[in-house]
This record gives sequence, structure tokens and C-alpha cells, in this order.
Amino acid sequence: MAGGPASAALHAAPALDVAHVSHRFGARAALSDVSITVERGRFMALLGPNGAGKTTLFSVITRLYTNQDGRVSIFGHGLDREPSRALAHLGVVFQARTLDTDLTVAQNLLYHASLHGIARKAAKRRIDALLDRVGLAERRDDKVRTLSGGQSRRIEIARSLVHGPSLLLLDEPTVGLDLESRADIVGIVRALVREEGLSVLWATHIFEEIEAQDDAVVLHRGSIVARGRAGTIGGGEESLEAAFRRLVAEPRDGARQAA
Amino acid sequence: MTNPAIESAPARGSATLAHHGRLDAVGYLICLGGIVRRELLRFFNQKERFFSALVRPLVWLFIFAAGFRNTLGVSIEPPYQTYVLYEVYVVPGLAVMIQLFNGMQSSLSMVYDREVGSMKVLLTSPYPRWLLLLAKLIAGVTVSVVQAYAFLAVAWFWETDIPTIGYLAALPAFVASGLMLGAIGLLLSSMVRQLENFASVMNFVIFPMFFASSALYPLWRIRESSETLYWICELNPFTHAVQLVRFALYGQFEPVACAVVVGTTLAFFTLAVIAYDPGRGIMARRGGPAGDNA
Repeated sequence: MAGGPASAALHAAPALDVAHVSHRFGARAALSDVSITVERGRFMALLGPNGAGKTTLFSVITRLYTNQDGRVSIFGHGLDREPSRALAHLGVVFQARTLDTDLTVAQNLLYHASLHGIARKAAKRRIDALLDRVGLAERRDDKVRTLSGGQSRRIEIARSLVHGPSLLLLDEPTVGLDLESRADIVGIVRALVREEGLSVLWATHIFEEIEAQDDAVVLHRGSIVARGRAGTIGGGEESLEAAFRRLVAEPRDGARQAA
Repeated sequence: MTNPAIESAPARGSATLAHHGRLDAVGYLICLGGIVRRELLRFFNQKERFFSALVRPLVWLFIFAAGFRNTLGVSIEPPYQTYVLYEVYVVPGLAVMIQLFNGMQSSLSMVYDREVGSMKVLLTSPYPRWLLLLAKLIAGVTVSVVQAYAFLAVAWFWETDIPTIGYLAALPAFVASGLMLGAIGLLLSSMVRQLENFASVMNFVIFPMFFASSALYPLWRIRESSETLYWICELNPFTHAVQLVRFALYGQFEPVACAVVVGTTLAFFTLAVIAYDPGRGIMARRGGPAGDNA
């Protein structure tokens, strides 16, 4: 894929492009006609109440299962046509804790490195650097079981970065954490966006984690009901939180008009 | 792009597009090795699992077989050349029983992985699903072969009359039977939705497979009591895994058993790959993630 218009298109492609994705479980529509674009180097907040379809959307983007309609591409690589290339550029922090608690931090991260075809020697170097970045270098050889909730989350962020992804997906990463740990997690990810140009899709319903200049989309009952800069979703008259509450409380048609 | 308000981002994003891994054949091997290594680490962290897997067949051998020693005089049939003691007869079947339990245990751990979410981590690997499943399978087989030999080592003190060369000859047979039982376990793991349902796997898979086989009694004995049951045993792939190992332990090769074991392995592994396919499989069809089911 050297040179040519195809390569130019890839360079211009957004970090994540979810186009008209729908997904049903039996008769229940979990996602209907969802389109989201995360531009390169941007932080996008995905807001939605529980059951809005956030986790389904994440499952589709991570190719846990394929979407029934629409298209997902990551840096121009379609999940349907080039799943390997697409997934290679994607790092994920799932909502559930997914580290092996009986293994050490390093063993967990090395396992993840091998899932991406990184040889041990190179992986070890990279893991040391990443543990430094999340401030847990000294816990390298401790079992995950001995870490606090916030520390495990930081390890999971380090893990999601082991293979050098350019797009990071985080599914409510701060749920169940105390204020301080939450601030740590937000700080680490914000720094990655600022310093490394990482693109981030961050699912949450905690409004303090979102800044006015972030991009934001509101997902409600499987559909996007609002999108734009986080600071402008309320139309300047109400806070993002107030706007969100209005959007997810009203019947869907009304909410669409508001968007 | 539905919102013109979103400005195009700085181009710096493109500079970071550098995946550190490799997606070539070497990468495949690294991935495979990493998954096997993790399973082994987990296995060695659970020493009780190793011992309980070992105790089960030893109880059968020391107590059950000793009790039946005089009731069940066993057979002159290949691969045995003389009349053998019951203990001697059951050793191969018990060794493969270890593998049967191990296959189901791996399957159970896949279901567990799915419940706690570490399956999701595995499946975000850029490598194809069949490779990830194959790695899981190989990891399980490695563990099960080690366990089978640990059992044989203890059973050796019980005068099991296995020729030395048999221990070597049985290695490929153990690998083949381990692959078959692991592949069956893989498919089961895709069908069992929750950990709690695993008790029924014990009742409906492990016990029937074990008892309706040549593990505990020669098939001609079964035929004497029921022709139907005999055919059920003949069709049971577990019987063939046991026979393959039994013959190999005495330095002989059983082609029919081998064909059945290899064929069953391929069939079940293929079905498991289909079941785990993101488009067709269980993940997509069986309801959404827990968080969205509310």
C-alpha cells in the first residue's frame, strides 16, 4: 500500500469511523443507525445512561461480534475487510476488570504483548516505560491481586498501550474508583492525548471527566441523540449535565430535534 | 462526519501510527507461545488443581480396581497377550480420563474467562480467531499430557506392566487424545453460557463418555449384556481415544482409533472456530453484554 491515492486516503482517515451501525439481539435493537467519528488526536466522550448501548457499541468496535449493518473502520482499515490491521491500532480498556489476578503485573502485560506479536525482549523494554508512565514501575513483579482498584485500572491502561495503538477505547474506566484514583486515570489519558497525539473514545456518565472542548456524543436507547463540542451541547444555556438529563428523559423524537 | 463544528485534528495523530508487534508468521508463533505460557503459569499457580486431577484416577485405581479385581477377570484381547489383572486393564482408561477432565476444565476456564471479561482481551488480538483457539487448545493439551504422565508415574508402583518403550510410544497418542478432548471442550465452552450450567456438562458429557467406553471394561463384555450399548460405546470417540492410548502403551498402533480421534478433533475444532466467529457465533447471537441487557 505504498504511495498512491489509497495511501493518501489512509493518512486522512479518522481514527475511528463508525458509519450507520445497527445491531440487534433477537427482536431487541441494541444499536440503530449509529454514526460516530473520532478525529485523530481528539478526546471524544461517549455519554449514555446504563443500557443505552455503549457496551454493545464497544463490542462491535472491538470485533467481539460483527455489526449486522453499517461499517466500522479504524484509521481507514475496515473491521470487515482488514480486521487485523484495524485491531492492531486499537487499544481497549474494558469496563470489567480483565487482568489475571494470580499473575504478576509484568506477566499480565507480557501476555498481552504476545497477543500482538511482540517479542519478549522488546516487550519488556516497552512495559518498563509504560509502567513508569502510569506511575507503577515499582509494582512490576507484584501479583495483580495485591493492587488497589485504581492501580489495576492504571495497569490496564498501560496494558492497552503495550502494542502502541493510536486509538484508545475506554468503557467507563473510572467506575467504582475513589476521587483521587479517578483524577489519576483521567490525567494519564489526557496526557496521552496531549503529548502523544492519541485518539480517545471515552464512555462515561460522569460529567466532571469531560471538558468543554472535548467532542461528545450522547447515546440513548441505541441511537445518537446529540453530538458536538461538549460545551455546546447544552446550547450555551444549560450545562452538559442538564442537557444530558433532558435528552435522555424526553421521548426520542423530541430529543432528535434538540440534536 | 455529521458535525461540521468538529474541526479537523492536527496531523500529529498520524505520526503515532506505529504498531509494535508483527502480523507475520513470527508474530503468529509469538502469539501462540504467549497464550500457552499464560495457561501454564495459571496452571502452576493452582497446585491443588494438579493434585485433584491426579487423585481422582488414583482413587479409581487403588480402591475401585482393587475391589473389582476378583469380580472382573479381564480378557485376553489385543493388545494384551495374556490374562491381565483389572488394575492393569484400567490404567490407560484412567489416564485418558484425566485428559477428559482436563479438556472440560479448560472449557470451564474459557467460560470463566468470558464471564470475567479476559476473553474480550484475548479476542482483541489482531490475529485470526482460529489461531487464538488453537493456542488455547495446545496449552490445554500440554497440561493434560503432563498430568497423564504424572499419573502413569504413580501407577508404575502398582505393577501396571507397561513396557518401557510403551511410555514413549504413548506420547503421540496422548497428544492426539488430548487434542480431541480439548476440541470437544472448546465447542462446549461456546455452547455453555454460564458457569453454573457446567454441572450439566458433568452429567451429560463427562459421565456418559467415560462410562460408555472401553475405559473400565472391554467392549466384548458389554456386548454380552447389550448389543445396543455396545454400539453406543463403539460410536463414542472417547472409546477410541482410550484404545489408541491402550495400544500405544504396548507399542502397537490402532489405525481405526487413530482415524476416529483425528477426525473427531478436526470436526470439533472446526465447529468451535465457527462458534467463536464474530459474525456467526454465539457472541453475536446470544443476547448482548450483561451491561446492556438491563
